[in-house]
Amino acid sequence: MNNWIPIAALHEIPQLGARVVKTDTQDIALFRTKNDQIFAVKDQCPHRQGPLSQGIVHENSVTCPLHNWKIDLTTGEAQGPDEGCVATYSTKVEEGMVYLALDAESGI
Amino acid sequence: MQEKLILIGNGMAGIRTLEELLKLEPERYQITVFGAEPHPNYNRIMLSPVLAGEKTLNDIILNDRDWYAENHIQLITGDPVVRIDRTRREVVTQSGASAHYDRLLLATGSNPFIIPIPGHDKQGVIGFRDIADVEAMLSAAQTHAKAVVIGGGLLGLEAANGLLKNGMDVTVVHLLDSLMERQLDKPASALLKTSLEERGLHFMMEAQTAEILGDERVTGVRFADGAELAADLVVMAVGIRPNIQLAQAAGIHCERGIVVNDTLQTFDPRVYAVGECVQHRQTCYGLVAPLFDQAKVAANHLANLGIARYEGSVTSTKLKVTGIDLFSVGDFNEAEGDETLVLQDPGAGVYKKLVLRDDKIKGAVLYGDTLDGAWYFQLMREGSSITDFRHTILFGQHDLGDAGHGDETRVAALGNEAEICGCNGVCKGEIVDAIVKKGLFTLEEVRAHTKASSSCGSCTGLVESILASTVGQGYTAAPSKKPLCGCTEYSHDEIIQAIKQHQLKDMDVVRQFCEWKTPDGCATCRPALNYYLLANWPGEYQDDAQSRFINERAHGNIQKDGTYSVVPRMFGGLCSPADLRAIADACEKYDVPEMKVTGGQRIDLFGVKKADLPAMWKDLSTAGLVSGHAYGKALRTVKTCAGKNWCRFGTQDSTGLGVQLEQMTWGSWMPHKFKMAVSGCPRNCAEATIKDFGVVCVDSGYELHVGGNGGIKVRVTDLLCKVETEQQVLEYSAAFIQKYREEARYLERTAPWVERVGLQYVKDALFDQTQREALHERFLYSQQFAQIDPWKERAEGAEKHEFEKIEIAA
Ligand code: SRM
Ligand SMILES: Cc1cc2nc3c(=O)[nH]c(=O)nc-3n(C[C@H](O)[C@H](O)[C@H](O)COP(=O)(O)OP(=O)(O)OC[C@H]3O[C@@H](n4cnc5c(N)ncnc54)[C@H](O)[C@@H]3O)c2cc1C
Ligand code: SF4
Ligand code: FES
Repeated sequence: MNNWIPIAALHEIPQLGARVVKTDTQDIALFRTKNDQIFAVKDQCPHRQGPLSQGIVHENSVTCPLHNWKIDLTTGEAQGPDEGCVATYSTKVEEGMVYLALDAESGI
Repeated sequence: MQEKLILIGNGMAGIRTLEELLKLEPERYQITVFGAEPHPNYNRIMLSPVLAGEKTLNDIILNDRDWYAENHIQLITGDPVVRIDRTRREVVTQSGASAHYDRLLLATGSNPFIIPIPGHDKQGVIGFRDIADVEAMLSAAQTHAKAVVIGGGLLGLEAANGLLKNGMDVTVVHLLDSLMERQLDKPASALLKTSLEERGLHFMMEAQTAEILGDERVTGVRFADGAELAADLVVMAVGIRPNIQLAQAAGIHCERGIVVNDTLQTFDPRVYAVGECVQHRQTCYGLVAPLFDQAKVAANHLANLGIARYEGSVTSTKLKVTGIDLFSVGDFNEAEGDETLVLQDPGAGVYKKLVLRDDKIKGAVLYGDTLDGAWYFQLMREGSSITDFRHTILFGQHDLGDAGHGDETRVAALGNEAEICGCNGVCKGEIVDAIVKKGLFTLEEVRAHTKASSSCGSCTGLVESILASTVGQGYTAAPSKKPLCGCTEYSHDEIIQAIKQHQLKDMDVVRQFCEWKTPDGCATCRPALNYYLLANWPGEYQDDAQSRFINERAHGNIQKDGTYSVVPRMFGGLCSPADLRAIADACEKYDVPEMKVTGGQRIDLFGVKKADLPAMWKDLSTAGLVSGHAYGKALRTVKTCAGKNWCRFGTQDSTGLGVQLEQMTWGSWMPHKFKMAVSGCPRNCAEATIKDFGVVCVDSGYELHVGGNGGIKVRVTDLLCKVETEQQVLEYSAAFIQKYREEARYLERTAPWVERVGLQYVKDALFDQTQREALHERFLYSQQFAQIDPWKERAEGAEKHEFEKIEIAA
């Protein structure tokens, strides 16, 4: 029962990059991988709230710009020895348009 | 079905055991913790700094309630267990609750020993053990003036120091004639007493307390010889007794403590015990280091791995009174046949003593300079012979006098097995490993990852020095011959070589050629590859924004709150009223919360919202200001001094030359940041001799200096050569930069680069006219593509997506 909201055309998000989606209450980071998968997580690193959208994207992960935590975008979990989790959101791409559903899937 | 594990005693040893257990077997048990105190687990050691007002209670919580919840541990606080029923495998609490166990872990700690003299139960007589005691002391300090601390040991002195800091008049009463007699020899003890007296503590030595005076509340203390001392608060710190009542009542074998074997098992195989309540091989411990060793072993057995044994610990002591450095270990009172080495420097307040037997360390006492404690401790534990360095051993592991880096070099010289954090048993190797592998930069991160310095904090200085010596060496994830990162087996040098030799001009091609294991690389290798390609193929390679660290992508320094700082370039530090006006206007227009003159002779505007950056840059760029690249692995600043135009000592136009240098070099990307300076005379006001490239003007020309930096590890430049004209300065600097740009490893600054390749190598290249000219030319060529102001481009709309958020209503 997802409430899909159209966000942007796929090409408006850089490959291996991100855009910030601002809602009334928070910022969500929308990532595009090399093979055009889209992931959405809350734009707040579980470590010290670093803006994940500003990190470097590789495969299905992003490295936080502040202290290099690596977050798995599929689950929102921090990788390696670091422990923490960020809320993830469902996304889909249809006919070049990216949609986001705002009920958090996991995390807080 | 999960087995049930109950822990009695929500303290340091018990919870550490659970932490170790969760690392090994997170799912095995359903865990319940009973704690008599109303708090989650806190760092008992830190009660002393809390009492002294250096920390708050909040600072010392080790595991907050969320931690228990996250690990599915049921925590019951403020309700002590009063009975263990071993036949029914049940514990019962004061409030009548009961719980069943399959395994039971006892970690009830110890109780302060209260001397059973008349009056010992009066109001105002307390021990020093828990938060409640500290709260009692703090509130007494508010309403009362005089405190007596009975006991001149570690705990007593820390209590006394804390009460003194809270404004009380404090007398320490000690039974013997020297303080901390179990940890110090007489000379060190005397030094300690003197410096505590200087702080305002009073002492009554060789005094035996006979009675506590007063009605309901204490009013004073009477001694065996009849003397009396007024007191509103009496703290008894004369020792601790393992807390064994509960175990004893349950019929578990106890002597002084709960008796355990090498697996921390009591006489009831279902019941384990750790911590101060335990007696192992006839010994009861009162410091955390051995307890944490026990915790590891107990956890191993609770996890049913059954491979670890606890064989006892050797402990060392430090006193946590800020400003007093004291360390002792082993047997430091010499017996017959022992030899003693002593270094005494009363002026500096330093005393060091080593007791030797057969040229091996038996014990050590250090006062005033304790840095080498860890080293002596290690030599002692390993039974190393010190014959070879006996004559210098008291001066420490490394000679001093190394330009302000005494600690750091000494720490650098420590072996990997040297224990740094005694509380948590963390050695240097583990810390270095964590710093390098996990990219740690701060003390807190090291604490989080290794636990070093997270308990008593007395090794903080050492940890910081390790951090400095590890991180300082070029801030690099790329020591020689190591793979660039986890994505490939190729080293930096091999990759640079491959790019040049095989004309690799695209990131994917490089990755393919160098057998990358990941499709996109990672946050370590992508910026490096992007740089190498850019430096080797200027004009051909298309810069990849997504492979740049955010600062270089957004052309500002990201701040801890996610805003950015903006630093416009001021060529050679010069500026005009119009520049300043434009900066001032921009500050007002975009609500810049703070402006600051930087250490690089220009102005930093802090706290700019990311979305405002392009507009602000547009205003600055209209006024003729360009990016200062204060965020980049790039040419940063060229500092200058007043020079010949104004200064009475100036020999050349240092300001003008600095401006020329900056005009030629701005915008160029580098392996690391690159800074220059020009000083007008050898007084060197522009600090040219700690820059990557520095010029010192002299009457007859210009001295050129290379490979310096300030920062974590200061390095003074090497003199490259002397030249006669400004034109030569420009040519040499460009050639030097280009050599560095083409050959250094990414994130290797000029200082470590020059040290690695050798000054002679650099000289050979630059003194050869053909090579120098070619380097110079290649530099100028690449600058054609680099000197495009990134701010202007973005103000005109480039990379818009970087700065605009997509707004939706939700
Ligand atoms: C703004 C400034 C401090 C100031 O207010 O004076 C500054 C600020 C920062 N410095 Fe610096 N450094 C500043 C002058 C210096 C100087 C002094 C100088 O340039 O003469 C030094 C010592 C000289 C040197 O570099 O050799 C200096 C040595 C460092 C170092 C250590 C470098 C080293 O090789 O050890 C770092 C860490 C690094 O680069 O990895 C650093 C890193 C930083 C960073 C970028 C930390 C970071 O990664 O976020 C700081 C950014 C703050 C921010 O958010 O804006 N900063 N930094 C100075 C900017 C100068 C400028 O106009 O561009
Ligand atoms: C002021 C001070 C300074 C210190 N400084 C240092 C130092 O610098 N370096 C160092 O190494 N060590 C230091 N120590 C010693 C160190 O704090 C102890 O060795 C360590 O805390 C012991 O751990 P533990 O788990 O055995 O006992 P504790 O940490 O005391 O934990 C035992 C817990 O069990 C609870 N408990 C007891 N009985 C029951 C029951 N029946 N039911 C439920 N709960 C119960 C207690 O309330 C307590 O919370 C210091 C101690 C103090 C008090
Ligand atoms: S010294 Fe430099 S890096 Fe450190 S806090 Fe100051 S500005 Fe930041
Ligand atoms: S805030 Fe993300 S790693 Fe620290």
